[in-house]
Formats: sequence, C-alpha cells, structure tokens
Amino acid sequence: MHNVAIIGAGPAGLTAARVLLQAGISGVQVLERNPQPGGLPRFCDHQGWGVWDMHRLYTGPRYAGELVRRAAGADILINTTVTALEPNGHLHISTPGGPEYLQSRIVLLATGIREKPRGARLVSGTRPWGITTTGAFQEMAQAGQIPFRRPVIIGSELVAFSALLTARHAGIKPVAMLEPGPRILARRPGGLIARAVFGVPVRTNTQLLEIRGIDRVESVLLERNGQREELACDGVIFTGQFTPEAWLPRSAGLQIDPATGGPAIDNFFRCSDPAYFATGNLLRPVEHSGFAALEGARAAAQILRALRGELPPPQAAIPVIPGGALRYIYPQRIIPGGIPIQLHGRARHAHKGRLRAMADDTLVFERLIRILPERRISLTLPGAALTGRNSLAVILD
Amino acid sequence: MTAKSFDIALIGAGVVGCAAWRAFTLAGLSCILIEREADIISGASKGNSAILHTGFDATPGSLELACMREGYRLYREIHEPLGLPLLETGAMVVAWSEEELAKLPGIVAQAHQNGVTDVTQITAEQVRAREPGLANDVKGGVWIPGEALIDPWSAPLAYARQALANGGTLHLNAEVTSGSLTGGTWTLTIKNAAPIQARIVINCAGNFGDLVEAIARPSPFTITPRKGQFVVYDKPAHGLVQSIILPVPTARTKGIVITRTAFGNLLVGPTAEDQPERRLATTETATLNALHAAGCRMLPALAGMEITTAYAGLRPATQFKDYQIEALPAQNWITAGGIRSTGLTGALGIARHMRGLYETHFGTLKPLPSPLWPRVPNLTETLPRPHAQPGRSEIICHCELVTHDEVAAALASPLPAGSIGGLRRRTRCMMGRCQGFYCSRRVLELAAPYIPGLADA
Ligand SMILES: Cc1cc2nc3c(=O)[nH]c(=O)nc-3n(C[C@H](O)[C@H](O)[C@H](O)COP(=O)(O)OP(=O)(O)OC[C@H]3O[C@@H](n4cnc5c(N)ncnc54)[C@H](O)[C@@H]3O)c2cc1C
Ligand SMILES: Cc1cc2nc3c(=O)[nH]c(=O)nc-3n(C[C@H](O)[C@H](O)[C@H](O)COP(=O)(O)OP(=O)(O)OC[C@H]3O[C@@H](n4cnc5c(N)ncnc54)[C@H](O)[C@@H]3O)c2cc1C
Repeated sequence: MHNVAIIGAGPAGLTAARVLLQAGISGVQVLERNPQPGGLPRFCDHQGWGVWDMHRLYTGPRYAGELVRRAAGADILINTTVTALEPNGHLHISTPGGPEYLQSRIVLLATGIREKPRGARLVSGTRPWGITTTGAFQEMAQAGQIPFRRPVIIGSELVAFSALLTARHAGIKPVAMLEPGPRILARRPGGLIARAVFGVPVRTNTQLLEIRGIDRVESVLLERNGQREELACDGVIFTGQFTPEAWLPRSAGLQIDPATGGPAIDNFFRCSDPAYFATGNLLRPVEHSGFAALEGARAAAQILRALRGELPPPQAAIPVIPGGALRYIYPQRIIPGGIPIQLHGRARHAHKGRLRAMADDTLVFERLIRILPERRISLTLPGAALTGRNSLAVILD
Repeated sequence: MTAKSFDIALIGAGVVGCAAWRAFTLAGLSCILIEREADIISGASKGNSAILHTGFDATPGSLELACMREGYRLYREIHEPLGLPLLETGAMVVAWSEEELAKLPGIVAQAHQNGVTDVTQITAEQVRAREPGLANDVKGGVWIPGEALIDPWSAPLAYARQALANGGTLHLNAEVTSGSLTGGTWTLTIKNAAPIQARIVINCAGNFGDLVEAIARPSPFTITPRKGQFVVYDKPAHGLVQSIILPVPTARTKGIVITRTAFGNLLVGPTAEDQPERRLATTETATLNALHAAGCRMLPALAGMEITTAYAGLRPATQFKDYQIEALPAQNWITAGGIRSTGLTGALGIARHMRGLYETHFGTLKPLPSPLWPRVPNLTETLPRPHAQPGRSEIICHCELVTHDEVAAALASPLPAGSIGGLRRRTRCMMGRCQGFYCSRRVLELAAPYIPGLADA
C-alpha cells in the first residue's frame, strides 16, 4: 500500500508532492491523466506565473516545467486517469496497461478547475463550430490551430484578459469583450487597457442573448439597456465562470458544497471521508496558480500530520455557514483547537459593509470591508475562541 | 454519359432512411442513400430521447403502433450482432395529481389493447420504492417493464454500416432538388452533383418530407416541425433515477421525461413547440431554465447536480398523428413521412413494412444469402469500452473517456464522420461536462485533416 496518492499533476498537486518528498515520505504517487504533468499552465503561453510561489516570473509552460523539476523524485504516472473513488482511499484507475485498483493510506484530490462552457450556461441559439472556452482556445492556439479570426469574448474576469493576450499572440482580433455587469470584473488591466493595448472594445451592461450561424458562428445577438443588436463575428470565447472538476468526489458521494461546487473540507483539508484530502482550485472558483500551489503545500503539511496520527478525529468538526452577501466560505467545517483558523470566501456582488463571524451567538470577528465579487475575502480566527461552540457563521452585511 | 441506375434511391439519411437502406440492400436490391448534409443522422434523428418504446401508449390500430411493435422486436433481435446496447430500465408513468391518477387505468387498458400486456398500475408507495428520489407528492403510477434505452446515434449508424458493407451506396452532401420519371426510371437532380437514376424512389426526408413529396405529387401532408429541447445533466446525476420517468401524456406529446441515457447521463425534456424552422434546432435559455425547474420539482436532488449541456431536436410532425407511409405504384414511389416522435423505435419496423409494400407493388425480392454483420464501436457503459482495455491508446477526451484510437477510427472508418457533430456522435468526444475545454486541441489535431474548415494555422 502506498502512503499518498495525489490525483492531478497541476500546481497544487505537484507542490504537495514536493513538500511530502522533502519531508522524507516515501511511496508518493502522482496520477495524471495527460501525457505531460504540469496542469493548466502548460498551455498558457504568457508571462505572470510563479510570482507567488517561486518568486520569479515565468510563462505558463516554463512554470509547469519548473513545478515538475521541483517535484523530482515523485512517482508521476502519466496517461493515468482516476475513474472512480471508493471509501477509504481505494481508487479505480485507467492506465495504458489496463484498468487497475490502487490503494493508499491518503488520497489528495487536486484535479483543478475548468471554465463553464456554452452548453452549461444554457445560452440560446444554434450550435455551430467556433464556440469555445479560454482554456481550449489557448491550447489550440499554442498548437497553431486557430478556429476563428474575429471572435467575441464573453466575460471580463482576469482570464478574459488571458484570452486577449493569447489572441494577440496568435494574430487574431476579437471584435468585442462583453460583460453583463456594470464593470469589468478583473481589477487590472481593466477596460482601458483592453481598448488601448489590444484595440478591443469593451461593452459592459451587455447581455449575450443568442448565438447564430449554421455551420460556423456568424453573429451574436446582444442586448444593452433594452436595445438589441446583432454583432457579426466568427467565434465565441466563453471565459471564466469557473467550475471545480469535482465529478469524482461527487460521484463517490463525498460531501460537495453547492456554493463552491467543490468538495467540502475541514480546516485540515479533509473531505467527508477522511482518507480523502482536497486542495487547489478544485476547492472553489477560482484562485491564481500561486495560491493553488501554496494551498497544495499547506494540504501536504496536514497530510504529514495525518500520517503521524496527529490530526484530531473529524467527528469533532463544527459547520461554517456563510450569510448575507457572502457567496461561499471554506473550509466548510472546522475543528476548534489550538491553531488559528483561516477562512476564505467570496461575495455575491460588489459590496461595502461589515464582515463578522459569530460563534453561536458570540461575535468573534468584525471588520469593515469593501469588496468586488471576484476578490477573495480572507479572515483568520484564533482557534481557542471557538472551543466548545456548535457552529460558526460568517456574515457579510 | 449516363449515370449508373439503382433499383432504389432513398432520399434522407435519418434513422428511417438508414434502416430502409439496410432492409432493401439485404433484400438484394441495389440501393443508394442520398443525404443533403455532410453526414448521416444530421436531421430529426440527431436529437431525441433515445428511448426504445414498447408502443404501450400509441394509438390502437395505428400504423405507428404496428411499426413500433415490429421495430421493438427487430431491435432486440439484431442489436447483439451489430454491437448495439440495450439498457433495460423499464419506464414509469407518474401521476402528480388526483386528476392524473384518474387517467392511469385508461393508460393500462390501452397498453393491454396494444399488446403490451405486462403493463400494470402501481401505488404511490410502489413508485417510491422503485424511485425514492422522486418528490413526495407522487399519487401513483403505471409500470411499463419493457421500455428501454438505446444509443440513438450508433443504432442508425449500425444500420447504415451494414447496408454499406453489403454493397449499398451512400451519397452525402447531395440535396435532391427535383426529379422526373420517364420510362419507369426516376432521374433525380442533385444540387452541385450529377443526377442519379433509380427505378423506385423512397422519400424518407424527415422535416423536408412534404417538399420532397412534391417531386412525385402534391403532398397530402404538411410538415410543421415540432421542436423538443432537453437539458443534459452530468454523470453523477445518472443514479438519481433507475427507470424512465414519464408524465401522464397529453394529446400533443409524451410530455417532459426524466431519463438516464445509455451513456450515463440524465436528461430532462423534451418540450413540444411547433415552429417553422426545418433544419436548425435552436435552444432558448428561458425554456431550458423552465425544464430545469420542472426537473427539480419532480426530482429534488437534481438541483444540486451539474448541467452538462442542452440540445434540441425537430420532430417531423404533420397534421396527422399517424405515420404517413404509402406506396404510389404509378409513380414508382414510396413515402415514409411524418415519422414524428417514435421513429427511433419504429425505424426497423417501418423498413420491414416498406419491404412489404415493395413486394406488393414493385416485384419480388431475393435476400442476400449470407450478409455481413459489421459491429459498431460501443459508446455506452453497458458494454466494455476501449478505455478499460489493456493496451489502450491515450485518453484524449477525459470527460467521456474517449481514446485516441476511437477518434482516429471514426475519422477513417468505412462511413467516416463528415462533420464535428458526426464525430461527436460516433465517439462522444467533446460531449461531456467540459464540452471541449480539455480536449478541443487533440480532437482538432486529429479531425482537421479530414473535416474541412475547422481551423487554419
Ligand atoms: C484558461 C485559464 C487561464 C488561467 N490563467 C491563469 C494565469 O494567467 N495566471 C494564473 O496564475 N492562474 C491562471 N489560471 C488559474 C490557475 O492557474 C489554474 O486553475 C491552476 O492551474 C490551478 O492549479 P491546480 O493544481 O488546482 O489545477 P490544474 O492545473 O487544473 O491541475 C489539475 C490536474 O489534474 C489532472 N486531473 C484532473 N482529473 C484527473 C483524473 N480524474 N485523473 C487524473 N488526473 C486528473 C488534470 O489533467 C490536471 O493536470 C487560469 C485558469 C484557466 C482555466
Ligand atoms: C425531441 C425528440 C424526442 C424524440 N424521442 C424519441 C424517442 O425517445 N424514441 C423514439 O423512438 N423516437 C423519438 N423521437 C422521434 C425520432 O427521433 C424521429 O421520429 C426520427 O428521427 C425521424 O427520422 P427520419 O429519418 O424520418 O427523419 P430525419 O432524421 O430528419 O432524416 C431525414 C433526412 O433527410 C435529409 N433530407 C431532407 N431533404 C433532403 C433532400 N432534398 N435531399 C437529400 N436529403 C434530404 C435530411 O437532411 C435528414 O438527414 C424523438 C424526436 C424528437 C425531435
């Protein structure tokens, strides 16, 4: 039996592997379904990676290479897909040699995130060729396969600017960037930069009503302030609206937080079956790679404690409940004790108000905040303040 | 130069055309199947509920019922040698109100009259025992053990592959625009291609059936395509129901169904919307949201499940409820029109019925003594799939676990995918929860040399 199986060789999984190896743990396997490890950054061919976790600036592919290099010594099984989870860390895997059954003391889920495609967004219209997501577009562009010349970009999270960068690299010119809300969601670079640097008009308060076209995308129907307009284009790139790649824990009946879309964890990164830990962007939509990588390291630190039998029994956990304008909060369960407890969440919409934490009826934290919907809200509570309580509510009012 | 003349030209490669092409080819005739799109199964047959119906609720005495019963029997007979799946789930008509409950005995009586004698009424408790996930205001139900799920794309593909393997001819990208009958031979004009000659023409043009019929005579039926939209849920939702959950039907439609698929998803749909468009089945956000809400009302746990995608299909509906199948002896013509909402089930029976019409009006048949039975690749979890075989090639579509070799084979097979949609229907690549987020590049690299216009470098 192996000590630890890590599912997913992205920033989170590889960083966790590195930490476990450095602590001298043997029998660490990383299972990766692709032919190369590295995760999502492999195809994101622009700068901006590594700043947080490696304190250097890399392109996505170089960063992916660096992650692999630093995890040297880990047993990375490529072309290996985990197809089902069973209780107590038993995994069904598909390998080139045939199906196998793998057993580990601990499994770390680090399967990452994807963008919500057109289908799941239930967008009206026909279904022609030329509709994609940023991630797919970047992968195609890197391989020199460009499915369109004048796409429209839907959304304005940071990843939409990643799509703009790739478009410019590939020599294609998006006709517009559309944001249904009143403002660009990404803090930087913002609409001005989109226009000035990329020459792409940004339209806020603009809804995509319908996709038109027979074999290929021919146009999109838009609505702004009650006015409809048909915009000619030959592709649609849906950006953002991230969804954790959580079908494995969902199918296995591990508890899923409907608000994050990822597995519910306690403050030791444990899922509802304590043989399973989860980390990285699987936990929620969405953080940058550096955050996911550091989270991988933090989960690995708890796995080391679990292997030594140092973690408290999971039954002692109390629920953490988001309230008010808070969209989600995680960890979803905490075990009060000596160590400080870190919580992260996001607001439903741009909000100015008071963030407070209530342990049963007692106020244990309070802060005035001003927050945008895509920005992370973090708070740290002294573990002792929660001892003996039955639940913790974190409320944004 | 005179074109080669066929015994039979079939217009339209939907499930009906594919089944008839197979039947007449195996009956020893030289047959050409003519399709305007770049691939077979690009019309009504590409978007349905994938249910193999027993015919329990069909109109007693109708031709539709006869063809469905025969189609149902024949599918069970040939699915194994063709490699086609059959998922025996059974179905349940569920009553949600006292008014609907009162209709159940009538449904049972009609089923028995239709020869589906194993249909029984069951109590609300029995419904809940079989389907604990349903909302608790269930009033009662009817249990139809024989309803089953099949693969809606591989079935017609298998019929077509068998026709092709046994000498049939396929002509894609070929729209029949007109035709003339002289000296017992039809000459069909094809847009942008040479004309085709045949002794007998079979009209199985689906949503274009009345337009094609006008080549032979003023069409006695008019098609008003009836659109049906669906929401598809991701695989974790698959286990929320075991059987096909049918509503108490109305005069117009079978109503909103909740069903698993043979691929391991869950469907909620279809709607029934009369509209003029014959070719492009569009989805509408508001309708899909309403379907999702209706699904969640019946099956509350759906609310926590992820939606994979949505799609729509167009039923070839006419002013008549029954199939419009007829031989016109003077015109050397057979019509199979208005195959509205049961054609996937009925196709093999319709083909058998048309064979009978041929023998009555046009001559005797000499069936092939030992036809080939090519098997189609399996796409469902009901049979072993390549991703679980030793020595498998790389998995390139991670959501549906489709391997490199499956995609390559579908592009280079005897009846290769003619469009990305055709490739998706043959392999399930890009059909899963990510809808191409993880696999677009790999699929494109493989498909671009075969399917023009997908990408430029
Ligand atoms: C289009 C896009 C652009 C982005 N751009 C940036 C950016 O510019 N800068 C930035 O900092 N962040 C960016 N991000 C966010 C972030 O970098 C990624 O989400 C990051 O890679 C998260 O790391 P991870 O390890 O959690 O997941 P991933 O990198 O997604 O790694 C998960 C790994 O798990 C594997 N896996 C999944 N399921 C299985 C299974 N069943 N069996 C085996 N293996 C499996 C996957 O193949 C993958 O390799 C972007 C995200 C997207 C989607
Ligand atoms: C929403 C929905 C749900 C359904 N559910 C079920 C179910 O669960 N079970 C079941 O048994 N049935 C079901 N059906 C019914 C079934 O799908 C149809 O009855 C069947 O697909 C009709 O097939 P067809 O071959 O007649 O038509 P089509 O599939 O439309 O085939 C006709 C073909 O003719 C071609 N064509 C038209 N004009 C020309 C021309 N001039 N020249 C050349 N080619 C031409 C078209 O391109 C098309 O490919 C459902 C249908 C819908 C829409």
